[in-house]
Amino acid sequence: MNEEVQNMNRRTFLQQSVSLMAVGAAALAVPPVHAEKSETAMDPMRVPGALPRPYGERSPFETQQRLGAGGPGSPHGWGANAPNNINSTTPLQDLHGIVTPSALHFERHHNGVPAIDPARHRLLVHGLVDRPMIFTLGDLERVPAVSRLAFLECSGNSWDCWFDKAPDFSVQELHGLTSTSEWTGVKLSTLLETVGVQRGASWMLAEGSDAAGLDRSVPLTNEVSNEAMICYGQNGEALRPEQGYPLRLLLPGFEGNINVKWLRRLKLGNAPFMTRWETAKYTDLMPDGKAYQFSLVMEAKSVITSPSGRQQIHPGFHEIRGLAWSGRGRVTKAEVSVDGGRSWQLAHLQEPVLPRCHTRFRLPWRWNGQEAILQSRCTDETGYVQPTRQDLVKVRGTNSVYHYNAIQSWRVERDGQVRNIYA
Amino acid sequence: MDKYGTSMHKRIIVVIVALAMTLGGVWAGWTAEESGYGVGRPATDDEIRAWNMDVNSTGEGLPPGQGTVKHGAQVFAAKCAMCHGSTGTEGPKDRLVGGQNTLTTTKPIRTIGSYWPYATTLYDYIHRAMPFIAPQSLTPDETYSVIAWLLFQNQIITEDATIDAQTLPKVQMPNRNGFIPDPRPDVR
Repeated sequence: MNEEVQNMNRRTFLQQSVSLMAVGAAALAVPPVHAEKSETAMDPMRVPGALPRPYGERSPFETQQRLGAGGPGSPHGWGANAPNNINSTTPLQDLHGIVTPSALHFERHHNGVPAIDPARHRLLVHGLVDRPMIFTLGDLERVPAVSRLAFLECSGNSWDCWFDKAPDFSVQELHGLTSTSEWTGVKLSTLLETVGVQRGASWMLAEGSDAAGLDRSVPLTNEVSNEAMICYGQNGEALRPEQGYPLRLLLPGFEGNINVKWLRRLKLGNAPFMTRWETAKYTDLMPDGKAYQFSLVMEAKSVITSPSGRQQIHPGFHEIRGLAWSGRGRVTKAEVSVDGGRSWQLAHLQEPVLPRCHTRFRLPWRWNGQEAILQSRCTDETGYVQPTRQDLVKVRGTNSVYHYNAIQSWRVERDGQVRNIYA
Repeated sequence: MDKYGTSMHKRIIVVIVALAMTLGGVWAGWTAEESGYGVGRPATDDEIRAWNMDVNSTGEGLPPGQGTVKHGAQVFAAKCAMCHGSTGTEGPKDRLVGGQNTLTTTKPIRTIGSYWPYATTLYDYIHRAMPFIAPQSLTPDETYSVIAWLLFQNQIITEDATIDAQTLPKVQMPNRNGFIPDPRPDVR
């Protein structure tokens, strides 16, 4: 900060202090303005700090933000780009630990974020059930609740990595459509017990009350029965509008799109409904022209978040930091290579290591100023090992759009620039 | 008042009837154990009808009404072409027409004609989500007509075909057998 601004802040503060003294104790209730100024004062030990306030904000020095983006290959950012943005990415390179702040959770919606009055919102459960029922938000909040940490990843995450040429992007731009929150709500099984599932019900249509009326068929497997939740809470408060306020479906480990937001209806049936979102989209085209359908689970994946794409580092000590996750369960191992995959070292996994949740890994490293290629590779509790890009493309080609989970390579160039490459 | 609310009067009748049936031992559902949390209320048939907007792959949910290619051309030009182009191929938004025989090439073009496995999906999606700036604004006849025009443009139906709740589920889509169940883990 330059001196002039500092002096001005100090002057403003002194003026305010004088007026405060003059007006008396009642004025102490005012200070948002006073509070902001004092945060930038030269010596925080020599001025009173900010007073309590109703809803906290991060420090004005913290400027990490989501980045908007359009479809594959489109530019990232806001400004002129904003009207074409269909999603926004989490700044993975700036985050600590495993929880994504709600304000930085990635967004993907298909016709904007609806404005919903929770008092008017209803959830209808019908179809192959004994008792079709309507629930209010208050109803759902009354029944026994559960909370769990789980990642959510858009199956379109990392889609730019299918391109033949590696784009010069940051980790946020490449892989930022994944986030972890603590979710709170009702178990789907609790709700289904209340309405009574009829024999033969094997699929469930979930429908959102957004302008896309997004609808997806959910297979009613044992796994879904055990894991699925109808959520109203995210990181201790109500869901953010971008994540489905006031109600969303959560299917831990499944691709983001099927975790239907702004949930208004569940309809049980005996077959998938074949909506646009499970036929024309969110199906994975293979080299032989066939497409995988209902490819729901997000397979194990990891990425080094620091050092990472478009960062600049200096020789000396660095802690290599990253995230690993698997839609099939717990991450059991994260390995790091600094030589493009020729040799691997076991990274430290930060507790808690939870199923279907981001897991933080770390490894100390001393950069000697020579070119290095940093990679991470994770293994999950089923024994599945994250594949190389070469192995992934060998099986799936480059047309599938969705479900890219190959090992990420960052090249540290001799000048300390870190770049996305295919190695 | 909430349009889905039930009057207190009706509620009392429901409770009395349910109690009587429980006491009589003829009511197999709604036991104290199953509704133990005392939340939610029964949905009425009218409510379900109002909310039940999906159309599945057998055509269940398709409303009365019908559409023609000729009418569809007018509706498409007025309400769809600004995003999808005058022939459904120009964009800027999703290309809807053409692309047959491109799925195995390096630049596959996924359209209704080349990729969509079920014609019924068109009704479900267009009715609920299109036009993008005014979802749910098309009448059933307009929706059927736009579908007819799109299927004709993709050379799936003839120009004189009529599309309605009976004919739409019978339309054979070219890529009907183009999908396989998820075989993953597939990369070793």
